[in-house]
Amino acid sequence: MSAPRKLPRWAELGLLPLVNLLAALILSGVVVKILGESPWAACKLMLAGSLGTQDGIGYTLYYATNFMFTGLAVAVAYHAGLFNIGGEGQAYIGGLGSGLVALWLGDRAPFAVVLPCAILGSASFGAAWAFIPAWLQARRGSHIVITTIMFNFIGAALMTYLLVNVLIKPGQQSPETREFGAGAFMPLASDVLAKVGITFAATPLNFAFVLALLAAVLVWVLVWRTRWGYAIRVAGQNQSAAVYAGISPPRIIVQAMLLSGALAGCLGLNELLGAQHRILIDCPGGAGFVGIAVALMGRNHPVGIFLAAVLFGALAQGGSQLSFDMPKINRDMVVVIQGLVILFCGALENMFRVPLAAMLSPFAKKQKPAA
Amino acid sequence: MCPPATDSTVTGGTAPALELRGIDKRFGTVHANRGISLSVARGSVHGLIGENGAGKSTLMNIVYGFHQPDVGEILVGGRRVHIAAPHDAIAAGIGMVHQHFMLVENFTVLENVVLGVEQGAVLARSLAHARGELEKLARDYGLDVPLDTVVSELPVGVQQRVEILKALYRRAEILILDEPTAVLTPQEADALFKMLGRLRAEGKAVILVTHKLREIMAVTDRVTVMRQGAVVGEVATRDTSPRELAEKMVGRAVLLRVEKAPAKPGEPLLAVRDLEVRDRLGVARVKGVSFDLRAGEIVGVAGVSGNGQSELLEALAGIRAPARGAITLGGHDLVAQNFGPRERRRLGLAHVPEDRLRMGVVTKFSAEDNAILGYQDRADYQRGPLLNRASIRADCEKKMTAHDVRPALPLLRISAFSGGNQQKLVLAREIDCDPQVLLIGQPTRGVDIGAIEFIHKKLVALRDAGKALLIVSVELEEILGLADRILVMNNGEIVGELARADANEEKIGLMMAGVKEAHA
Repeated sequence: MSAPRKLPRWAELGLLPLVNLLAALILSGVVVKILGESPWAACKLMLAGSLGTQDGIGYTLYYATNFMFTGLAVAVAYHAGLFNIGGEGQAYIGGLGSGLVALWLGDRAPFAVVLPCAILGSASFGAAWAFIPAWLQARRGSHIVITTIMFNFIGAALMTYLLVNVLIKPGQQSPETREFGAGAFMPLASDVLAKVGITFAATPLNFAFVLALLAAVLVWVLVWRTRWGYAIRVAGQNQSAAVYAGISPPRIIVQAMLLSGALAGCLGLNELLGAQHRILIDCPGGAGFVGIAVALMGRNHPVGIFLAAVLFGALAQGGSQLSFDMPKINRDMVVVIQGLVILFCGALENMFRVPLAAMLSPFAKKQKPAA
Repeated sequence: MCPPATDSTVTGGTAPALELRGIDKRFGTVHANRGISLSVARGSVHGLIGENGAGKSTLMNIVYGFHQPDVGEILVGGRRVHIAAPHDAIAAGIGMVHQHFMLVENFTVLENVVLGVEQGAVLARSLAHARGELEKLARDYGLDVPLDTVVSELPVGVQQRVEILKALYRRAEILILDEPTAVLTPQEADALFKMLGRLRAEGKAVILVTHKLREIMAVTDRVTVMRQGAVVGEVATRDTSPRELAEKMVGRAVLLRVEKAPAKPGEPLLAVRDLEVRDRLGVARVKGVSFDLRAGEIVGVAGVSGNGQSELLEALAGIRAPARGAITLGGHDLVAQNFGPRERRRLGLAHVPEDRLRMGVVTKFSAEDNAILGYQDRADYQRGPLLNRASIRADCEKKMTAHDVRPALPLLRISAFSGGNQQKLVLAREIDCDPQVLLIGQPTRGVDIGAIEFIHKKLVALRDAGKALLIVSVELEEILGLADRILVMNNGEIVGELARADANEEKIGLMMAGVKEAHA
């Protein structure tokens, strides 16, 4: 039944996402055309703006760092059979965790001390925010998709309250904290590279990028190389088999969501300690949701997530370049393109599968007589 | 309106009811059907047998429009038809009764029959129309079914009748039955066969897909044997024997009987006392069951599926918590001490679950990942904090060689293995740790004859090594072949216990239907 829809592995992992991406870009081009700009010029601008200059690359990877954290968060939950839509809220509250550590230690401790504390702060706050929906799912059967969505709103409301009433820097209008002490600043890529004699444009790209890569490796090892990851995957694939194997699905739900929330929470390391240097309203800026698309497109595998995160980083950076240079295209256009990519790579992922399989099947047939 | 036999002979002449010519079908690299030709006469019951994966289901799915053949044609009553989807098949007069019934459980029989062929927007009119016609059909074919009862309240045998009625209501002239007796007691199966005889007398063509040789011998007129996607023989049933058919199916001589010496039961290893198991709704599924399982014996639990055997097995394995009672193993009361599957495995209790695909394996995992399911904590599978991939692989290769799992590729996805090879791997996993007690649900469900022989031999060898085995199976033949002692379950109770020597199919069948030992 499913046989004609089967694609060879290379096509499944490489060609299909590429075709989906292309379709999204073509449709975006149509929109650009309707707005009265040249799609071709827009495409070149976006590419040049995101990957064509040091500046662009720096920003692209800086955005990608956020998306990697949230993408990994979605992937870990996915392997446990859970759809964590709460990355945005977990990242926001995780940001509070790292921000509080930075505010507290930034002036009195060196970076080497602040960093582990900040990681701990962001991860534990993010995990705590994911724990409540996880517990509700595990013990009460409340659907995690619904609860995590609601916790995004609760998190946002809580943060607004805290920033407006509690954490706000006295005597200022905008709801944000004072600036962190210098000890809590993530080293910037430009500074680090300058030390080894390489000049790199000044961008917000910072050490958190390395942390995100480490997180990707960690997730890979945990999920595919440990007993715990095995248990997660069994529970995610087949709850009955998990019970049969002596694995407790409720426990797995809570554990996986704790890790998922912790990963999302680490977004604060990049966004706050790396770039903003203060806690401010809506610091995840939608990265929690983009993470869903990144995980979907990256097939929930760390390598795929890295690639997808860079793509979405490039879209974000190239898009802002576009809105800057082409007055008829505003920032919302970037959101439209992102939306189209998500639509084609996520929701309509299988649309091209059947025609693609049909196109590829002549090749497959040729091999058969030999077999 | 079902045309009587005379009518069909006039319109159809001598043309067969269904004819397949050179049906060929590939799925990727799998050649599922190789140039199959088959002819089924009106007023006959045609058997189609073959091992799992022989291509029977593919062929029937082609006839019913689920698949399209790559090459070949289908003729109904001598006329070529194009069947692109099941509704084309229905229009051509082909009906199919699936192994798993396609009924809406909370609809009445009448509603189920009408579903999909309502006439007009007003349901009441369709129902009234259908009622009249169904009553006539029921009279003509002796299909006694209460039209206004909700389907879920009916016994499976009657549900199956509803499926047949559904097909007849849709004017089926050709009826395909896929493994129809899997869920029936022997008595229910006999009733079904009687009904098939009636359909045959009325001029219908019936195709019976099965792997049970007994049924083929009992009801069919002709039989087609398939092996590896091809037809390897077609004979009139009266000219053949079960042994000959089995050999054709497997391609070599097979043992139909399990060879074993008399059991030498030792001391009890597992003791079950007054065990009660309730389902989620609080309904008792196992009602105060007590028995012992001794070293060196195989105890078979017989019963129509759904009479508490599954719940009993799951309670023993630690998957389901019993409401009361005691299970004693190695000096521990597993219930009182609240031991889960993990602790029970450590005490030497292994479990091959009934539904392999739902519980026994993770279908998307590789063979080697499945070979450690339940034993993922074993020390030799670890290397520090990580899983020891090399030892897991080596271990899986060892199991595959020892248990003849083919292909012996640890990295291949488990779903790519045949049912028999999956089961051999599960069995290898469960007996590899030298358990004292082995619980086995449906040892050979979905397993081909060649592998059945292998698995049965393994089980008898375990018994002879002094292990205690509990086998739950809906295949009465299997219970009779393997067990030294037979417990019969009905409605959650053990209604009888028989030594193998005193047991026969009829006795057990009556017990399965709920007739207590005393009355039998």
